[in-house]
Parts: sequence; C-alpha cells; structure tokens
Amino acid sequence: MTKRKKLIFDSDLLDLTISRLCQQLIENHADFSDTVILGLQPRGIYLAEQIHRKLEKDTRKTIPLGYLDVTFHRDDFRRRETPVKASQTRIEFVIEGKKVVLVDDVLFTGRTVRAALDAMIAFGRPAKVELLVLIDRKYSRDLPVAADYVGKAVNTLPSERVLVELEAQGHEHNRIWLINKD
Amino acid sequence: MSKLSQKHLLGIKDITEKDINLIFETAENFKEVINRPIKKVPSLRDITIANIFFENSTRTRLSFELAEKRLSADVVNFSASTSSVKKGETLLDTVNNILAMKVDMVVMRHASPGAPHFLSRHISANIINAGDGTHEHPTQALLDAFSIREKLGGVGGKKVAIIGDILHSRVALSNIFALKKLGAEVMVCGPPTLLPKYINELGVKVELDVKKALQWCDVANVLRIQLERQQIRYCPSLREYSLYYGINKRLLDSLHRQIVIMHPGPINRGVELSSDVADSQHSIILDQVENGVAVRMAVLYLLAGAAG
Repeated sequence: MTKRKKLIFDSDLLDLTISRLCQQLIENHADFSDTVILGLQPRGIYLAEQIHRKLEKDTRKTIPLGYLDVTFHRDDFRRRETPVKASQTRIEFVIEGKKVVLVDDVLFTGRTVRAALDAMIAFGRPAKVELLVLIDRKYSRDLPVAADYVGKAVNTLPSERVLVELEAQGHEHNRIWLINKD
Repeated sequence: MSKLSQKHLLGIKDITEKDINLIFETAENFKEVINRPIKKVPSLRDITIANIFFENSTRTRLSFELAEKRLSADVVNFSASTSSVKKGETLLDTVNNILAMKVDMVVMRHASPGAPHFLSRHISANIINAGDGTHEHPTQALLDAFSIREKLGGVGGKKVAIIGDILHSRVALSNIFALKKLGAEVMVCGPPTLLPKYINELGVKVELDVKKALQWCDVANVLRIQLERQQIRYCPSLREYSLYYGINKRLLDSLHRQIVIMHPGPINRGVELSSDVADSQHSIILDQVENGVAVRMAVLYLLAGAAG
C-alpha cells in the first residue's frame, strides 16, 4: 500500500507558531523568575530548546532548561514487543516550588505525559505544572490530559501518525507531516 | 528497538557485543537514576524476583537486592543455609517450588558450574547467573567493563591485566569473555599453579611476573586468593604469595605511569593489595560497587522487558 503524506506544518508556519507559543508563555509567566522548562525525551527536547532559545532572547532572562526521560515510568513496559530505549535525563536544578512547563512535540494518548508527571516528582514538588505541545491530536486521549499551550490541534485517525522533521534533528527543512500508516 | 538476544543471562559467553553495549547504555541511564534524590523508578512493579543463593555472598546479593528494589520489583530472598536444601531437596524441586509461588525472575548463585544453565532448560522464568562455581559471574564482568569504560572512555584497545588466582575465578573467566568481545587486550598473571592449563586458547597473554604485567597494562584487575575453593595448597603460604604477587605502593611508584586498580572484592588487605593501594586514587574499587547496582538494574530491566 502506498503511504499518504499530508503536510501540516512548513518552516514558516512553524516559526509563526513557535513565536505565538512563546508570547503566550510570556503572558502567563511574565519574568520567568520561578519558571523552568522541561523537554520530554526523545523528541520534545528539540522544540524545548527552540522555545527556550527564543524566550531567553525575548525576555533577556536566564531560564533553566532540562531534559526528562520517562522510559522507566511508562505504563506499557512488558506490554510491547521490545522495551523502549531510554534517553538521558538532565535536570541540573531543583524543581521544588517552581512552575514547570513540560514540552513535547505531539500529544496523543496522554500516557507519556502521565509518565512524565510521575518521573518529574523524583526531582521535587513543583508549584504548578503546565503542558506545551506543538501538535494536539484531538479525540485520541486515553487519559484525562489536556495541554495548556497548543501549536495546532489536528483531527487524526488512530491509523495515522504524525511525523515531525526538524532541522535540529538533522532534517533539511522544518516540516511536520500527517502519515497514513496503511 | 532495544532487546537482548538472550532470555537469560547465564554467562558472558552467550551474549553478543551488541547486548553488552545495550546493557551499558541502559546502565548509564540507571546510574543517573540512583544519583537522584529519589532513587526509585516503577518499571518492574509487577515483577517478583527470587534471589536464590546457595553460596555465601554479601556484595553481589546486596547489589542485586538494591537494584531490584530501585526498580520497584517485589523481592524474596532465599539462602541455602537456612532452607530445605539441607533436608535433601533437589535444585530443580527447590526452584519449582519457588516458581509455583508466581515468581517471574530468578537470580541464582550456586557452587556448581552450569547450575543456572541446567535450570534454564527446565523452567520458564528468566534466570540471571550471580556466580556458578568457578565458571562465570557475568554481572561482575559487566560492571568491571562498565567501570573501565567510564574511567578510560572506552574498552576497545585497552590493555587489561587480571592478576591473582585465575584457576578458581569465575570473575576472571567472565572478564576475559567480556573484554575480548569489547576489543580489549587481556593478560592473565599469577603463580603457575593458579593459572588454568589452556588459558592461552582464550586468546589472552600469560605473564608470571607481576611487575611486567603492571608495566604492560592500563588497568589491573586484582583478584582474591580463594582459600575456600582450595583443597590443596597451590602456593606455600599467603605470605609468600603476597611477597611475589602482592601489589603495594612502592611497586606502583616504580612503574612511573598511572594505571587503574580494580578489585571485585572482598579484598584481603595486605595479601593481594596493600591498604595504601586499595585506598589510593588509582583505585576505582568503590566506583565498581556503585556501578554494580546500575549495571544490574540494566540487566534486570532489559530481561524483564523481553519477558512481556
């Protein structure tokens, strides 16, 4: 069967969207004095880095950025063929009492976010946790999870997959596709 | 994505270089986990593990138990000295009884070489060999190689001398397999009576002079003289062994180069290593112990994942 690919983000739209997400963050976090950003491994970290860079430039503040790997907290361990490969967790600051913005590329079932909330607690008790995603796949949640900041909400079928290609990941252009797996 | 080629960890001989590297990469993640304020992750929360020790152990057993608990597994401990084994129960019966209580994984130490291999043909639970007689001790070899990798940035091309009682050492055999698979050069050094006859068939160098071995190597893995396994005298006295094969500061200083000193423990201070060496900056003995927990977590995690 042939794969059908639909472009949902190109480079220009992505830049615009990231700028808007940053503006929304600035609206809610003002001077970022108590805010930290956590990118979810493996793919959320590129978006987190991009947002972090832009926020630091726009606000001229230093904002802590960390990477959180949720592999060991997933609820599908032993329920899939092979274990998911773990990535590095790097959080070199305390999140106790901080406002945490979790960043991931795609929000689908909500299970990764649940695992992330669980994993994050090992580093302290945050005052508040928010979720930022680039793509929100609507009507596909298994758990009651909603994002606070959404780049774009898209209608998808379970058989479809969102493919994120970012320059930071080594791709030629920033592009995001919706792919039909059948 | 990431899976071991084997269902059990019986020996390093049975696993591939790819397996070893996957274990190392996973162990790096776990090392980060055990240095967090909260050292526990929920990965194995639905798994029960039996630690079955037919032979004494402090370090390995504690290390496995900590690894299991930090992965949130349920743990039962069993030692032969306080069990029905004394009443004449066979190994298979003992283990089958434990498995009937719904145990998913077995960590076993046994005095007979091949005991875990025998078991693996009869039971379905994952088995991890925590030392079988004078045969293999795979997790020790993995943590040794992991510690070398961490200290020197890699194992390939490094020169490692294993010094001491090679004949009775499962650590030596597993280390040779692991280091060779990872591309290191290996030398064994010890009194001729404590070197196995055909050891060079494994592709290792043999050296009788400890000073020459130390001059050659980047890493010296020093082993203990295993008095409990020796029915006859292989060397006249510990004093004489210490005189010819003991490593002290004066000997290390005479090399005029830095080498890394490792020891799987327990150390007989003043016999194979003097205290000033064991506690020196050359020694990574306590790093080995820390890495032991991370490496065992990785092995448990990867084997449990494959069981699903």
